[in-house]
Amino acid sequence: MRYEFDFAVLLDYWPDFLHGAIVTLQLTALATVLGFAIGVGGAVGARSPRRWLSRAVGLYVEVVRNTPFLIQIFFLYFGLASAGIRLPVFTAAVIAMVVNVGAYCTEIIRAGMDTVPPGQVEAAQSLGMTVPQIYADVILRPAIERVYPALTGQFVLMMLSSSVASQISTEELTAVANNVQSFTFRSFETFVSIAPMYLALAAILKLGFWLVGLAAFPRRRRLGTAI
Amino acid sequence: MNIVFNWAYFGYLLQGAVWTLVLTACAFVLGGAAGFVVMLGRTARARWVRLATLAYVEVIQGTPLLVLLFIAYFGLGIFGIEVPPLVAAALSLMINASAFLGEIWKGCVDAVPRTQREAAECLALTRWQGFKDVILPQAARIATPPTVGFMVQLLKNTSLASVVGFVELTRAAQVINNSTIQPFLVFGIAGAIYFLLCYPLTAWSRSLERTLNVGRR
Amino acid sequence: MSAAVSLRDVRKSYGPLEVLKGVSFDVAPGEVVAVIGASGSGKSTALRCINGLESIQGGAIEVCGHHVGTERSEAQLRALRQDVGIVFQSYNLFPHLTVEQNVTLALRRVKRMAGKAAIEIAGAVLAQVGLADKAQSYPEQLSGGQQQRVAIARSLAMQPKVMLFDEVTSALDPHLTGEVLRVMEALARDGMTMITVTHEMGFARRVADRTIFMRAGLVWEVGGAEMFRAPRTPELQQFLGSEL
Repeated sequence: MRYEFDFAVLLDYWPDFLHGAIVTLQLTALATVLGFAIGVGGAVGARSPRRWLSRAVGLYVEVVRNTPFLIQIFFLYFGLASAGIRLPVFTAAVIAMVVNVGAYCTEIIRAGMDTVPPGQVEAAQSLGMTVPQIYADVILRPAIERVYPALTGQFVLMMLSSSVASQISTEELTAVANNVQSFTFRSFETFVSIAPMYLALAAILKLGFWLVGLAAFPRRRRLGTAI
Repeated sequence: MNIVFNWAYFGYLLQGAVWTLVLTACAFVLGGAAGFVVMLGRTARARWVRLATLAYVEVIQGTPLLVLLFIAYFGLGIFGIEVPPLVAAALSLMINASAFLGEIWKGCVDAVPRTQREAAECLALTRWQGFKDVILPQAARIATPPTVGFMVQLLKNTSLASVVGFVELTRAAQVINNSTIQPFLVFGIAGAIYFLLCYPLTAWSRSLERTLNVGRR
Repeated sequence: MSAAVSLRDVRKSYGPLEVLKGVSFDVAPGEVVAVIGASGSGKSTALRCINGLESIQGGAIEVCGHHVGTERSEAQLRALRQDVGIVFQSYNLFPHLTVEQNVTLALRRVKRMAGKAAIEIAGAVLAQVGLADKAQSYPEQLSGGQQQRVAIARSLAMQPKVMLFDEVTSALDPHLTGEVLRVMEALARDGMTMITVTHEMGFARRVADRTIFMRAGLVWEVGGAEMFRAPRTPELQQFLGSEL
């Protein structure tokens, strides 16, 4: 049976695709910033000498890493709804993404912090620096610089995972594609077309992270090592 | 409507879990075979083969698994091919795995010291003999922890098969939730089952990595 | 008798850096030649050109009837490497195979020997280097000196006509070099054609028929044992002075 591809019909829907892509980027941007903050906090907590804290963080990380994102998002959205809290789908998606990527960031940043030689902390202490100062300048800065590629890679993966939010009706790119294909009956063309859109979004993200890296890590720029 | 969650429901979840494992195993075997081919392509001598494989890897890794799944399920349907949910899920998981496993394994082949290949060459082994007898066994050892780690990913990824109606663990949970409306309980238990399936693999992967790093001096 | 190994005006560059600027020397069958010189003189590079590990940009190399030029095919190199064995500074044993398997691998794959025949030969060469009892051990269980002797046995098993040694004792603790040098001496006595890049002046003086001193990518001075007592060129004088 012959099938004639018709990609042209999709052109009419370009505003919808654009809107969906923007929502995807919004979700990703929020989740990146908040997830990073959680990652820093979690990493510090994981290395804390207070056992209850490091154990709690450890539990959080293991639970998130060993359960599917789809279950996490259902648990959160439908769970809260059943408790009377009806979140907008966008908010629910962001929260789920933050919780998810925060766990991975915790692991990555913690590994980065572990590579900072203890001697440097001792030197900073001997110089009379306060604990927050030590954390900020001596531990976190070089740690994040070192794991920056792994961290940004995780954020790009999370953007791809945002497609799962379509399952709670968040109007991101995959949900838009689903709608469009139900109108046009061109399911193959529709879904094949958003693949390069995701690739483009990933490229935009990577570019953004690269620029941030240039600004945040001037030492690398001067030494000429690529971020 | 408050139908109480009982042991029959739990049994239904476990049934779903079995299908989760079946799908994971299928996807791993098929994806592993395809991934091996991808790895060969990434380490091939002909430049165009390397570039073509790289393009494949970049595209597949850059496409959300859900989109791949939709292409397999809805997309192929229009050619008149009736694609059962299990097949669509297995196919998309296999393609996804082939790209990720191929990249992981390529990295492991690259990690074998160059001097090993030199030594094999100097014993007059052909390129393929050197690869098969010297490089591959050593690369396989390096590859075990990240491969086990990816199996965990794969297991979690099977949850997406629920979207096209395949009754694995997540779909089973959705079905139960639709009648009992106790999402915290139902999805919580489903999550716990996933955890029990995944955590041993995660822990194993980590211990493998520790042994590997101790062994290499 | 024609030379076993013959280098004619060999040139090699790494990009803009010329490492070998026209190296020429001959090695007769059964002769033991030591190559000495400072780091960067090109001696290891010259050795690695002989069995094709490094490509050359000019000149020609003849080894046991095999011709190595600027262009060479994989099949040519493989044929060459069945007649030329090499032992590396870092032994490069295969860590996932036992000592015996290390030695028999090439016999089974390249010479297509049956398992039993290969094991017999392995037993013989391992006995030759004094490690017959370690056949089932893994490389990581052996000392550096033992691993290096296994590496020698591995090359010997292929019955090469020429053996190349690339600073084979440089990575060993001093008390382990003796066992390796003794094996090499025994090989020399048995008539193996050997070219060895080395820092062991005593070994070169005692065992080598001729010694080649290289400097700045060229053959600077060649001579027998008397070269060590009475160096002709001031550069060799200076080099020997710093080595002792």
